[in-house]
Amino acid sequence: MSFTYFPLVVLFAAALAFGLVPLSLAWTWARFFSPRKPNAVKNSIYECGLVSKGDAWVRFRSAYYLYAIIFLIFDVEAVFLMPFAVAFTGLSMAACAAMLVFVLLLVEGLAWAWAKGILTWA
Amino acid sequence: MAIDQELKIEMGKQGVVVTTLQELYNWGRKSSVWPMQFGLACCAIEMIATTMARYDLARFGAEVFRPSPRQADLMIISGTVTKKMAPQVVRLYNQMGEPRYVIAMGACAISGGPFKQGYNVLKGIDRYIPVDVHIPGCPPRPEALLQAFITLQNKIQAQPLTGPNRPRHLDAEAQGEFPVPVQGEHDLEPTSNPGVWTVPVVIR
Repeated sequence: MSFTYFPLVVLFAAALAFGLVPLSLAWTWARFFSPRKPNAVKNSIYECGLVSKGDAWVRFRSAYYLYAIIFLIFDVEAVFLMPFAVAFTGLSMAACAAMLVFVLLLVEGLAWAWAKGILTWA
Repeated sequence: MAIDQELKIEMGKQGVVVTTLQELYNWGRKSSVWPMQFGLACCAIEMIATTMARYDLARFGAEVFRPSPRQADLMIISGTVTKKMAPQVVRLYNQMGEPRYVIAMGACAISGGPFKQGYNVLKGIDRYIPVDVHIPGCPPRPEALLQAFITLQNKIQAQPLTGPNRPRHLDAEAQGEFPVPVQGEHDLEPTSNPGVWTVPVVIR
């Protein structure tokens, strides 16, 4: 009884070893045999020939949340409208109403954004 | 330990293969030289042609052009090195892992070529980094690049692993960083790396 899944355990161990053994061999080789010749330029992070300027941790303006909302409205709506349209003929009244409420909620967000003037590009 | 070449060939005919660790090591090194994906000017077009199906650089184990200097062994200076670009070339060379090799491809890379008199062109990349193989031509045909590559392979194969001529990665004392020139008021500073290149004396 307890040996039913034993082949799976063996396979799992083999799969792990298949991934880990070459990695550890490569690591061992690099650790003990590979010649090292580091220098300041080689150890720098950016590798396109130019000296990096500034910081990678730039701050984005919080005003971008508006674009995130607009994106959400159209993207999420499309994701849900597709199965809705496919299954439309077989849907019950309640499901239809729920979907309409959902769409209306998103349209409300769009109307709000529109009224706020976000859709007009400066 | 050296093997008598005639004895080696004779034994090979009998089906006995004899080799040395050095030969095996160098055979592995020369058969997997990965060039850097790095084109500077018109010679780069010939370099691209060399990697494609007609000339097929892959036959020599060099088909993987790495877009990162960390993974590349060979830098093909394919074209005009402007003074604006030279610091970047030297910096990329410094970022390559040892052992690293350089092929200067075409007239511009080896001497400045037709733009030698220009104010903005470096008169040969060997002023800053050690070049292993120079190829003349404007631009050199893909066959010339193949020839240069085979020359480089022969050079790698012949490198002894011990002694004063051993490859740089096995020599703890060897120079690993080459100074990156900076843009000066009129020219790059310094104008050449004296450890690599000596200014020729003009005798009139």
